[in-house]
Amino acid sequence: MPKNPEIKKVLMIGSGPIVIGQAAEFDYAGTQACRSLKEEGVEVVLLNSNPATIMTDKDIADRVYIEPLTVEVVEQLILKEKPDSVLPTLGGQAGLNLAMELEERGFLKEHNVRLIGTTSQTIKKAEDRQEFKDTMEKIGEPVAASLVVRSVEDGIAFTNTIGYPVVLRPAYTLGGSGGGIAHNEEELIEILENGLRLSRVGEVLVERCIAGWKEIEYEVMRDGAGNCITVCNMENIDPVGVHTGDSIVVAPSQTLGDKEYQMLRTSALNIITELGITGGCNVQYALNPDSFEYCVIEVNPRVSRSSALASKATGYPIAKVAAKIALGYTLDEIPNAITGKTYASFEPMLDYCVVKIPRLPFDKFISAKRTLTTQMKATGEVMSICNNFEGALMKAIRSLEQHVDSLMSYDFTALTREELTEALKTVDDMRIWRIAEAVRRGISYEQIHEITKIDIWFIDKIAILVEMEQALKTQPLTEELLREAKRVEFPDHVIAKLTEKTEEEIKALRMQYGITAAYKMVDTCAAEFEATTPYYYSVYGGENEAVSEHKKKKVLVLGSGPIRIGQGIEFDFCSVHCTWAFSKEGYETIIINNNPETVSTDFDIADKLYFEPLTPEDVENVVNVEKPDGAVVQFGGQTAIKLTEALMKMGVPILGTSAENVDAAEDRELFDEILEQCQIPRPKGQTVYTADEAIRAANELGYPVLVRPSYVLGGQGMQIAINDEDVDKYIGIINRIAQEHPILVDKYLMGKEIEVDAVCDGEDIVIPGIMEHIERAGIHSGDSISVYPAQTISETAKETIAEYTRRLARALHVVGMINIQFIVCGEEVYVIEVNPRSSRTVPYISKVTGIPIVPLAARAIMGYKLKDMGYTPGLQPEAKYFAIKMPVFSFEKIRGADVSLGPEMKSTGECLGIASTFNEALYKAFLGAGINLPKHKNMIITVRDEDKQDVVEIARRFEALGYRIYATLGTARVLKENGVNAIRTNKLEQPSPNLMDLLLGHKIDLVIDTPPQGVEHSRDGFLIRRNAIETGVNVLTSLDTANALVTSLENTDLNKLTLIDIARI
Amino acid sequence: MKAFLILEDGHVFTGTSIGSRKEVISEIVFNTSMTGYLEVLTDPSYAGQAVCMTYPLIGNYGICYEDAESLRPWPDGYIVRELSRIPSNFRSEDTIQNFLKRFDIPGIAGIDTRALTKILREKGTMNGMITTDENFDLEEVIPRLKAYTTGKVVEKVTCTEKKVLPGTGKRVALMDFGAKNNIARSLNERGCQVTIYPASASAEEILRDDPDGIMLSNGPGDPKECTEIIKEIRKLYESDVPIFAICLGHQLMALATGADTHKMKYGHRGGNHPVKDLETGRVYISSQNHGYVVDTDKLDPAVAVPAFVNVNDGTNEGLKYTGKNIFTVQFHPEACPGPQDSGYLFDRFIKMMGGEE
Repeated sequence: MPKNPEIKKVLMIGSGPIVIGQAAEFDYAGTQACRSLKEEGVEVVLLNSNPATIMTDKDIADRVYIEPLTVEVVEQLILKEKPDSVLPTLGGQAGLNLAMELEERGFLKEHNVRLIGTTSQTIKKAEDRQEFKDTMEKIGEPVAASLVVRSVEDGIAFTNTIGYPVVLRPAYTLGGSGGGIAHNEEELIEILENGLRLSRVGEVLVERCIAGWKEIEYEVMRDGAGNCITVCNMENIDPVGVHTGDSIVVAPSQTLGDKEYQMLRTSALNIITELGITGGCNVQYALNPDSFEYCVIEVNPRVSRSSALASKATGYPIAKVAAKIALGYTLDEIPNAITGKTYASFEPMLDYCVVKIPRLPFDKFISAKRTLTTQMKATGEVMSICNNFEGALMKAIRSLEQHVDSLMSYDFTALTREELTEALKTVDDMRIWRIAEAVRRGISYEQIHEITKIDIWFIDKIAILVEMEQALKTQPLTEELLREAKRVEFPDHVIAKLTEKTEEEIKALRMQYGITAAYKMVDTCAAEFEATTPYYYSVYGGENEAVSEHKKKKVLVLGSGPIRIGQGIEFDFCSVHCTWAFSKEGYETIIINNNPETVSTDFDIADKLYFEPLTPEDVENVVNVEKPDGAVVQFGGQTAIKLTEALMKMGVPILGTSAENVDAAEDRELFDEILEQCQIPRPKGQTVYTADEAIRAANELGYPVLVRPSYVLGGQGMQIAINDEDVDKYIGIINRIAQEHPILVDKYLMGKEIEVDAVCDGEDIVIPGIMEHIERAGIHSGDSISVYPAQTISETAKETIAEYTRRLARALHVVGMINIQFIVCGEEVYVIEVNPRSSRTVPYISKVTGIPIVPLAARAIMGYKLKDMGYTPGLQPEAKYFAIKMPVFSFEKIRGADVSLGPEMKSTGECLGIASTFNEALYKAFLGAGINLPKHKNMIITVRDEDKQDVVEIARRFEALGYRIYATLGTARVLKENGVNAIRTNKLEQPSPNLMDLLLGHKIDLVIDTPPQGVEHSRDGFLIRRNAIETGVNVLTSLDTANALVTSLENTDLNKLTLIDIARI
Repeated sequence: MKAFLILEDGHVFTGTSIGSRKEVISEIVFNTSMTGYLEVLTDPSYAGQAVCMTYPLIGNYGICYEDAESLRPWPDGYIVRELSRIPSNFRSEDTIQNFLKRFDIPGIAGIDTRALTKILREKGTMNGMITTDENFDLEEVIPRLKAYTTGKVVEKVTCTEKKVLPGTGKRVALMDFGAKNNIARSLNERGCQVTIYPASASAEEILRDDPDGIMLSNGPGDPKECTEIIKEIRKLYESDVPIFAICLGHQLMALATGADTHKMKYGHRGGNHPVKDLETGRVYISSQNHGYVVDTDKLDPAVAVPAFVNVNDGTNEGLKYTGKNIFTVQFHPEACPGPQDSGYLFDRFIKMMGGEE
C-alpha cells in the first residue's frame, strides 16, 4: 500500500519535560519520525514544551511550538495550523494521553483531523486495564489474575480472594508512577490510595504477584495491511518485580530456548494483530522459569523507552518505520536504511549481545531509598555491545560514570557471610556487586538464585568475571591471561590494580602481544548482507571492520553519556548540532557515545558512530583506528570535558578552547589570577583541603558560606553552611565523593543570579542574551526559573555583564562556547562561575533568540570569525518575546528524596513558556511544568523565621485570588498580625486535624514550605514536603518561586494564550 | 585443545576444539538463528555440511531432547564463537558439549564467526576442514577441500522403513527426504494420520495406500542428485492426489515438472526471512534452510506459477501448480527453529484434501 495522499500536514506531539519514566528516548523517536515524515514531503507541525529537544528545532519540523502540553493548547494549535492528521504514538505517554483526550472530546472529529498510526480504539484496548484484560481473554492470552478497582475497599476485598502479595498498577501513568507491590493490608492501603490519586482516570489494577518470574519484552511492528514482525526481544536480568526501566536488560534473550522464544513471539504477534496496532508496540511478559506458563504484563501501543533501546540494539529504526506506516506504507515497501538492500519487513538478527544498565539518581538523593520496585527511578541509561555477555556487562558498568569500573567497585567485604546472604535480599542498584561478592565467598549459584531469582546463567557470567579477578590477582600475567581479560573487557587500569602493575605497563604488554580492540558493525542481519551504515562496537579478538579513510578532515565529537540530573538532554542537543555543523563544512564526523536514548546515537547523525564507554581507554582505542584531526569536547558536558587531558596525551588536538584554559577556569588559584587581571570581582573565597582549614576560612569570610568541591557537576556536593558544625559535616560528605580535588569555601552573596552563554571566536564575542534567575543565589541554576531577557537588573549592570563576559572570554582564549554565572547586587556584578563549554541553557536561548549558538560556536572552532558570519559582536538586541525556562522535578518517583531546593541540582528536566508579555510567559511555564492552578483554592504556608515577613505579601495576594490559607503556629501568627486570614493548623506530631490530614484530604493545591538554611533540615519539614509530593500537591521551597507563581496566576486568562511558532523567530 | 578451520580459499581460523576430535571436510554454511541450536543440529537438511552459528553465545539453555527434530545431529561439524559453560533451563537434560561428543560431531569454538560469515557472504559457500592437527599442510589440504562434494545425502538421512503416526483425520503420506519431526507433528496435531515413507518408496507404493494427500519433506543436498526420486514425484504429480511440499520437496517437484534449480551464492539459513504471499500480498517471517533455489525464469505458467517470493532478494519461495491441487514452498512452515507465522499452510493443505481448515 503506498502512502496515503490525503496526509499532507501532520501534528506531532512531543513528550514534554524530561521526567523519570519519560526521558530523551522520545526526543530520539520524535526527531526520527519528523525526519521520516518530511522525507515524504509531509508538512510537520510540532508541539513540545521542552526546549532542550532536537525535535523542537526548525531544521526538524516546519512549524515548531514550544508550548504547554494541555488539551486547550492542542485545540488552539489545531485551529491555528489546521493539520489534517495527528500522529500521537511517538511522543510517549504524555502525547498519547493528550491525543486520546482530544479524541474522546470529539474535537478531532469535529475539525476533520484524523489520528494516524494506531487508532484511539486500539489505544484504549491496550491501555484501559479492563478492556485489555477482556481482549487478552478473548484471544486466549493469559494475564495474571487481576481486577481494576476504584476504591481502597474494593482493592482489599479482591486481594483477600487472590492472596498477598499483589502488584498495584495505576492506569494511565508514566513509568509505573504510584505502583508497587503490597505484601500486607497496610502496604496495600498506602500504595492504593496513592495510585488512585495519580491515575488519570482514578483506577488501579490489583494483580496476582508474579515477582520472581523472568521478565521478557518483545518489540513488535505491524503495518496497516496486517504484516507483523518482531524487531527484538529482551530479557531483564532482574526478574519481575523491578520496573524494566530500572532493570539490567540484555538483548536478545539469553536463557530462552527456541520453544519459549517462539511461544512468546507468536503471542506478541497475536496480540498486536488483535489490538490492530499500526506502528510500533512493546509487549512485556512474565515467564515462569520452571514451566511454559506465561502472563502478559502489559502492552505499550506506542514507541517507548524499550523501543529506543531495541532500535539502538539492533540498528532497526523503529520510529522512522512507524512514521512511514502511519502514512500508509507497508513494511515490505520501506527500505532498511542500514543495509540498503533489504526491507523493513524482516527481523533483525544480532551477532552480539547488548546490555543496558539504568542510571539511578541516588548520588543526588542521598536520603532516598535505593530499593528498586515497579516504580521506575532511573533518570537515564547506558547501553553496551560486545560479542560476549561478560564484556558487554563490563563495558556498561564503566559507561555509567558513577565511579564504577568492575564488579569490585562496591565493597561488601566487611559483611559476614550471614550478613551478605541477608543483604542479597535487597533489590537495589548495587545488587550485581553483592552477587559478585557472594560468588567470591563461595555462596552457591543455587543459593544466590534462590534469594535473588536471577537466572543462574547470569550468575555464572558474574562468576566468570570474579574468576578473572582472582586469576589476575594470583597468576602470572601471561599473554593468554591478558588476552582473556581483555576479551571480557577488563579495563587496563583494573588489570593493573589486580596485577600490581601500572596501567602503562599493561598497555605496553598489550601492544607487545598485539592485543588491541577491533570494531564490529551493527548491521541488523548478522553479516548476512553487506551494510552501508557504519555503526560500530569494540571487541577483543577478531577482525577489525572499521575502515579508516582520510579523504577529508576528521573530527571526533564526544557525547555526554547517560542522562542524569545535572547533565541532561541539552548536551545531546549540543553534540548533535556540533556534528551537523562540522559535517556541513565538509568534515568527516565521528561520535562516541553510550546512551541509547539519544539522537546522537542514531545511525545517521554522524558519518561514523562508535557505541562505546566514554573512558580514556575506550576513547583511545577509537582514536587509534580513526586518527582524527581533532576532538571537540565542549559540547558533551562534563563527561567530554573530563576526557580532555587524556585526549591530549593521545596526541589528539583539542579543537576550540585549549585544555590549559579549561583548567584555568576550573582551578581556583589560576582563575583568581585571571579575575584579578581582568579586574572582575568575585565573592571572596578560599581553597582548602581539610575541615579545619574550611572552618577557619568560613569564619574569616563570615557565615553563610558556600562549600563545594572543585570540578563539580550540577552543584554536586555543594552546600550552604551557616555554622561550623555544617562545614564539618559537609567536608566529610564531599571528601567521600572527590578527594583528589580541593574544596572551595566562598562567601555566600544574596543577590540576583544572572547567566550568560556566549560564543567567542578568539577575538570577538556574541552574547545572544542575558538570563536572570527568579530564585536568589543559593539555588542551583539548573533548578531556578530562568527569565530571558533579564527583567530586574539595570542597563548598567547588563553592560557590565557584557563587558566582563568579553574580558573573560578573551583572557581564557575561548574559542567556541563560554557560560558564565554572575551575582548582581545593585550595580555590583560578581562572577561566581565560568564554564568554558556549552551549558544547559544553550538550546533554550538558541530557540528564543533565533541565534544558532552551537553551529556558530562550531564554526568559530573551525576558524571562522563571527564578523564574517554576519554578527555584530557584543550583546545582541533583545528578542521581542519573553521566554521563561521552568525546571521540572520527578520527586514523586523517588521515595525519601528531599524536595527542598539548594545548591545541589535536583530537577530532571525543563519546559519553556514563551509569550509577548512576561506574565503570560510565566503562566505558560508553570502550566508546562504541570502546575495547573487553581483547583481547590486551599494552600498551606509554613516558612522559616527569616522568611516570615516576606511571605506576608505573597499570602495576601493568594488570599486576594480567593485562596484559603492554612499555616502552622508561627507563620499563622505573623500572617494574622499582618491582616492575612490564616487558619492555624497543627504540625505533624500534634494531634489531628494536622497538616497530614489536610494533605491526605486531597483538597490542597499548594504548599509553600521554606526549610531552614544549613545542614540540619528539620525532619518535620521534610515529612510535610514528602507527603505533599507523594499526594500530588505542588510544593514550593523558595519564596521567589511562590512570588512568581502568584504573579502568573493574577494576570493570565487561559483562553487568551497566544501560540508562537519558534521556526518563525 | 586447539582446533583449526581451514577454508578452500586458504583462510585458516584458529580456535578451540569442541565435541569430537576427529577431522572432517565439509561444506561450510552459516545460520543466523539466535535460538534453536538443537533444532538446527538435528535438522537432517544439514547433512553434508558444517554449520557456523552467527549468534555468538550457544548452548545457554542446554539440550532438551524433546526439541530434537530427528534422532541425531546431522552436520559434519559445528562452528561457534562461544559455548556456554553451564546450561540454564528448567528442561535442560544435557550440555551441548556432551551432546556433540556423544554423537561424535567435531567442532571449533572461539573463532571470529562474523569474519567467517563475511567470507562466505562475499565469496559464496565453500568447503572447509575442521582439524585438531596443528601440522596441517595447506598445499596438501586445499585440493582435498576443493574435491569434496556433499553427494547423495538424502539416502543417508531418510528413514529405512515405513512408519505410521495414527490419527483420525485425513490420511497423509509423508515422503521422508530428511524430514524434520515437526512436519509430521504439525499434521498429526491437526488430526491427520501420517504415514512416513522412506525416500526410496515408489509412487506406486504410496498411491496404493490411497492417501488423501502427499507431503514432500525437506532434505539435504543438491536436488538434482535425486534423479530416481524425481521420477517418482513426476508420477505423484500426475496422480491428482493433493500435494504439499517443503524445501527440497518443493525443488524436486519443480524439477519433476520441467523447471530448473540452481545453487545460491550462500543460501538462506535462519529465522528472519520475509516471504510474500503473492495472492494476498501479506508478508510472513519464515524459517529457512536452503542452498538451492527454483529458477523462475524458465517456469512454464501452464505448469506452475510463483506463489511466494523472498522480499529481500526476490528469489522464489513457493509455487502453485496450474490446474493441480499442488502447492510447494521453499521455506519451513513447520518452523523449529524459527517463527511459526506460516503454520497456517498446514491448514491450507488439510483444506486441499477436503478437510476442515
